[in-house]
Amino acid sequence: MQPVLKVRNVHKDFHMHILNDKTIPALEDVNFEVGLGEIIGLTGKSGSGKSSLMKCIHRTYLANSGSMEYLSSNYGTIDLVSASEHMIIRIRREEMTYCSQFLSVIPRVSAVEVVAEALENRGVDLEIAKEKAAKLIERLGLPEELWDAYPSTFSGGEQQRINVARAIISNPRFLLIDEPTASLDQKTKDVVIDLILELREKGTSVILITHDKHTLDRLADREIHLAGGKIQEPSLA
Amino acid sequence: MVMKNDLPDDHNWLLRVRGLTKIYGEPCSSTVQLTGPQFNSNICPETEAIVACAEIDFDLYPGEVLGIVGESGSGKSTVVQQLYFDLESSGGEVFFSHFDEGKTNLLEVSNQKKRYIRNHLMGMVYQNPRDGLNFSFSSGGNIAEKLIMAGNFHVGSIRERASTLLERTEVPVARMDNAPKTFSGGMQQRVQISKAIANNPPILFMDEVTTGLDVSVQAKVLDLIRHLQHDLGISMIVVSHDLAVIRMLTDRTMVLKNGRIVESGLTDQILQDPQHAYTQLLVSSLL
Amino acid sequence: MIEQKKFERAYNYAFIDEGTKMEIRRKMLKAVAIPGYQVPYSSPEMPISRGWGTGGLHASLSLIGPKDTFKIIDQGSDASVNACNLRNFVKRMTECKTTFNTSEATIIQTRHRVTEEVLTDKQIIVFQVPQPEILRGVERFEYKTRIMHAEADYAKMWVSLYESYVKFGDIMRGAGYPIKVNGRYLMSPSPIPRWDVPNLSHSNAIQLFSAGREKRIYCVPPHTLIEPLEFEDVKFRVEEFEGIKCAVTDEGEAFMDEIYENESSKKFVINDSNFMDRLKEGTRPNQRLFKNPPRNQ
Repeated sequence: MQPVLKVRNVHKDFHMHILNDKTIPALEDVNFEVGLGEIIGLTGKSGSGKSSLMKCIHRTYLANSGSMEYLSSNYGTIDLVSASEHMIIRIRREEMTYCSQFLSVIPRVSAVEVVAEALENRGVDLEIAKEKAAKLIERLGLPEELWDAYPSTFSGGEQQRINVARAIISNPRFLLIDEPTASLDQKTKDVVIDLILELREKGTSVILITHDKHTLDRLADREIHLAGGKIQEPSLA
Repeated sequence: MVMKNDLPDDHNWLLRVRGLTKIYGEPCSSTVQLTGPQFNSNICPETEAIVACAEIDFDLYPGEVLGIVGESGSGKSTVVQQLYFDLESSGGEVFFSHFDEGKTNLLEVSNQKKRYIRNHLMGMVYQNPRDGLNFSFSSGGNIAEKLIMAGNFHVGSIRERASTLLERTEVPVARMDNAPKTFSGGMQQRVQISKAIANNPPILFMDEVTTGLDVSVQAKVLDLIRHLQHDLGISMIVVSHDLAVIRMLTDRTMVLKNGRIVESGLTDQILQDPQHAYTQLLVSSLL
Repeated sequence: MIEQKKFERAYNYAFIDEGTKMEIRRKMLKAVAIPGYQVPYSSPEMPISRGWGTGGLHASLSLIGPKDTFKIIDQGSDASVNACNLRNFVKRMTECKTTFNTSEATIIQTRHRVTEEVLTDKQIIVFQVPQPEILRGVERFEYKTRIMHAEADYAKMWVSLYESYVKFGDIMRGAGYPIKVNGRYLMSPSPIPRWDVPNLSHSNAIQLFSAGREKRIYCVPPHTLIEPLEFEDVKFRVEEFEGIKCAVTDEGEAFMDEIYENESSKKFVINDSNFMDRLKEGTRPNQRLFKNPPRNQ
């Protein structure tokens, strides 16, 4: 399988100037590859470095060393660790989305618009984007009376659905998704799983963090187990 | 294998700023060296000249939104005011891809050319609507001013464009002929935004636009700005001391302290993985 | 022995001393060279108060010689108190001829009107200007108006015309309509009615504008283009006297004064007194009439 992402010798630690220059290690010598259309499940205990790794790929965290070669469809091979910010902005807009556990949106923008915005960013007409967004959140089981409400007032599960919808509506080439099914009921969980599988059919590569055995079993082609910021040997997984 | 970490050449910068400097008073040869965050001061110990900003370097790419954050007196407004020619620079270079193919330093062109660039190719929204609007004119007249400066001398088309813009920014079109002084603060800000985007400029500067507005009005103005970003693909430089505003609006952020850039990066990186001690302090005080 | 003749007159010829007259004429030459540009000048003391036509007198007296024929009008009238007094003063100081007849005059000083009669290249017209700065109404700082002129930045004036149109449905400027001279400077035509504005364009005569209190001289040289500011769809218009005839001469084609006789009735009389006299004599002078463009909608 052609690798879309090659992670090589990635180290990350946090140097906290305001905590008497304390250094908090997060990742140590991480190496792995993600193939085209492959779904990788990142597992490990809380604090094992799963989210840190995902954020390093998204460049929300700056890796201290190592490289992450990403094969872009538009710009060739890019090292996500050292690429210019302008390049990363492009990649994020056009190819890579990140779905965090927490929803961060502008207050007073309706649910449909929040989701449609992600599509509109890629040059889709607003009306068409809204139509698609409505279809998607309908599928995710968000009650219709909430479509025009503001997501900042939603419950955890409702916000989660908006978050997932926003990340997948644009058919990204690379999806980083953190606990997509955490606060959802079984039925919605399966919808999310189906949606991710459909994306994979279209060639999306996925890195997934989940504590949910069912989600992991249904989605992941391969598991990467982290402990103390290091990848454990596959035999242990 | 060759790795490309920069955008290809056809994705060129829109605005390129190098060494932008503004000094008040008489500087000496070491004024710039003796001020800055490492001295926690922007006053030259030799001459007492004040370095409002110095060594400001950045590129803005089309469609990007750049945030400038910092506390009062860090020089963040000084930077955009120089770019909009409200303030004369003490030094540096500014190149703009829409003017002379980006070959000419904007700080060195004639006042007439600066006015042309300002009116045709740039927009500015000030914190205080009185700075951006002429309160003795109607709100339509304020928009007309920008259109007239760009060579529109047809009252019918001016009014048509003004009403489209006001509609776009959710100002009741029926109030087009009323003076902005009769408007609420949020609505004044919307009129100011309408005026700033009247000529479809490729770049828009926003200086603390939501500061001093009610929280609910603030949310609406932020929403409007976000929509403009999406619909017009306009590049922006957003100045704010409010990290929440920066987080919602910008792709990249520069952190200023004592007139210098202490850190710059992707906005989520600045907020979640700040590298510089000052940024860590700033982010840790975020509510 | 000192020659007695030198002391016959209490003042220098034409009141102003020769050095100052030369200075004023130099400033006039500069004004001719840069049409519409306001040239600062010395504005010496005169025996009348500033604001009563000192600027006009400076210009007239600097130019005049014994062979000149001087005419002065105030709001079109040769016989108003102000015009009479200034005429007497000029006559005493210069011993030149004075006249009411526009055709005979070589120097015409005027306040708030241009003669109905078309001027020739043998004539100079001097306007008394109360406020030379056309931008004063939209910009209160002098240093800013100078920058605006220097950079030809007249957007604010345009916006004030736009505002006027929005408020009143027309560009309501009774007097002092903003005009562009030779495609460059914006200029105040002094408080002449709109009726007179088109007649400034491509005039045969030198047109000097002088503001004594504000110490500025400017000029529209002969055959110079004057364009009143107008929008593409809202055009400059002169006053309309449709269906109105002069109560004295029964003439319709001239700028009219509206005279109220009592509360209920009014009549119209031609404003330019010499023009009216000539009509009565039956020697109608040449006139240049401006046709208003058709209104939109």
